[in-house]
Amino acid sequence: MEALFFNANTGFLEGIVRGFKAGILTQSQYANLTQCETLEDFRTQLSATDYGNFLANEPLPISTSTISDKATQLLVDQFNYLRTNAVEPLSKFLDYITYAYMIDNVVLLITGTLHERDTHELLDRCHPLGVFDTMPALCVATNVEELFQSVLVETPLAPYFRDCLSASDLDDLNIEIIRNTVYKAYLEDFYHFCCTLGSPTSDVMHKILSFEADRRTINITINSFNTELSKEQRAKLFPAIGRLFPEGNNQLAKADDIDQVRQICENVSEYRAFFSSDSSRANGVGDDFGVTASQLEDHFFQTEVHLNKQAFLQQFQYGVFYSYMKLKEQEIRNLTWIAECIAQDAKDRIQDFIPIF
Amino acid sequence: MPLWQTRTNTFGDVPQSQLYAHRLDMGYYTSYYSYGLPTFLIIVIALYLLFTDSGEAFNVGRFLEETSPYAWAGTGIGLCIGLSVLGAGWGIMVTGSSILGGGVRSPRITTKNLISIIFCEVVAIYGVIIGIVYSAKIQPVPEHLLYTPQNYFTGYALFWGGLTVGVCNLLCGIAVGITGSTAALADAADPNLFVKILVVEVFGSIMGLFGLIVGLLMVSAAEDFKAQASIVANVAGAIASPYVH
Repeated sequence: MEALFFNANTGFLEGIVRGFKAGILTQSQYANLTQCETLEDFRTQLSATDYGNFLANEPLPISTSTISDKATQLLVDQFNYLRTNAVEPLSKFLDYITYAYMIDNVVLLITGTLHERDTHELLDRCHPLGVFDTMPALCVATNVEELFQSVLVETPLAPYFRDCLSASDLDDLNIEIIRNTVYKAYLEDFYHFCCTLGSPTSDVMHKILSFEADRRTINITINSFNTELSKEQRAKLFPAIGRLFPEGNNQLAKADDIDQVRQICENVSEYRAFFSSDSSRANGVGDDFGVTASQLEDHFFQTEVHLNKQAFLQQFQYGVFYSYMKLKEQEIRNLTWIAECIAQDAKDRIQDFIPIF
Repeated sequence: MPLWQTRTNTFGDVPQSQLYAHRLDMGYYTSYYSYGLPTFLIIVIALYLLFTDSGEAFNVGRFLEETSPYAWAGTGIGLCIGLSVLGAGWGIMVTGSSILGGGVRSPRITTKNLISIIFCEVVAIYGVIIGIVYSAKIQPVPEHLLYTPQNYFTGYALFWGGLTVGVCNLLCGIAVGITGSTAALADAADPNLFVKILVVEVFGSIMGLFGLIVGLLMVSAAEDFKAQASIVANVAGAIASPYVH
């Protein structure tokens, strides 16, 4: 039934975003990029793709961070085009996408204020998608208490922050706790907002958001080993959605080492592969722990890309907008990785990116 | 941990089900009022009429005999063209917006996918054809010579034929429109897919033709409206339907 009325408001934008998606780099384009010897070659290769000559006006020794920034700026421009053309409920949906970046920005500002850095220079480091109108107002805050009050008043994130912020006990560990608590609230809210959008959107988005929640749960669990985070605190950071919820979450909250995490994740068939390839090393001592974590991270990214690609198989739903942003973000990460490998002449690891199409 | 505990969120303060319970409640109340109240009123009125000895007010046979065949014919033709145009317009809306969006990055699809728009438009043309054929059957007849079995039949045939064609074309137009929208986006992503989806679209478009054929067959036995042959027959006709004066 969604097909009957969807296009009245969103058909044009869906066509646009699918057009954008057709511009995502393919395997052969990646193959060309990895052949490049210098970053100038890299730029020439990129100009043959949908990126065009976005680096044309840059002074010649191009840094990898410039490439990343410019590519992000292109994505932000595309997003803003979509956002300005969107009407309810798509506009709300797109706003939800930006909330994730806003959370990161606000947490960055809080960290900066805590360490008494100049918040104005922090503003440049904020992700452009997470910039909101009143963000400069946050910078007038000189101490955490003030910043805290203005976050509650000025930002759309207030409902997420309301429950978890208490300015009195801010230190580095607590900031991570705040970030995760807020993100948990955000994920759950987004999940339930997708419920209200009805069938095809909610089906697609629930898959993606469930995975996102599980990924955070597993990451929090693994990262909290050997830290002062207590098990009750850890459990409070787990999003109450996802395929591991509730049994898996309860067990993860009690897990003591990565082997237990692996056992718990075996209950979900899709997650079984995450640990299988490196299970032999996971039993080893602390040295291998870093390797395992990075492999796990790669598995997560691959699964995320896979799920987001699947969102494009269904028409007349909003999931494509979210998926496009996520895929494009992965592509920017890939480009940065390749550029970094070229710049540092580390050709043996240049293939370690995650191809999308 | 015992199994019965696992469904509740042991760590949060409030179980998940309570947090979002109010949203469900709101939905239930809305549907109670929107479906329950009209049903209740209808039952009350029907029982009132029944128990006050005026149940005859609902007399379907009387309604059918008293209604002029012209009303049936006119409504039928109106529904025929109206629903057809609604279907065609709906299809063009669905297809057109996708072609516009998809055409931004791949302008080549705009010309090719015009065929989807034409498929939708054809649906409206079916409605116009049937509308013209049906309206040819309407001839002016003086009221006192109108109520013959033959004219009743023509009126009903035009009404139900028109409804058949209209509903067929409405659904056909929507089907073609949605397929056309998919065809446009698929073509933009991969040009090889266009012909394959176009075949699906053609089959969808044929369904409207079925409606057209059946609509023509339904009125093939119906004659034009014409006046009664003689006064004697007129009297007989009046006796046949006591409600017509």
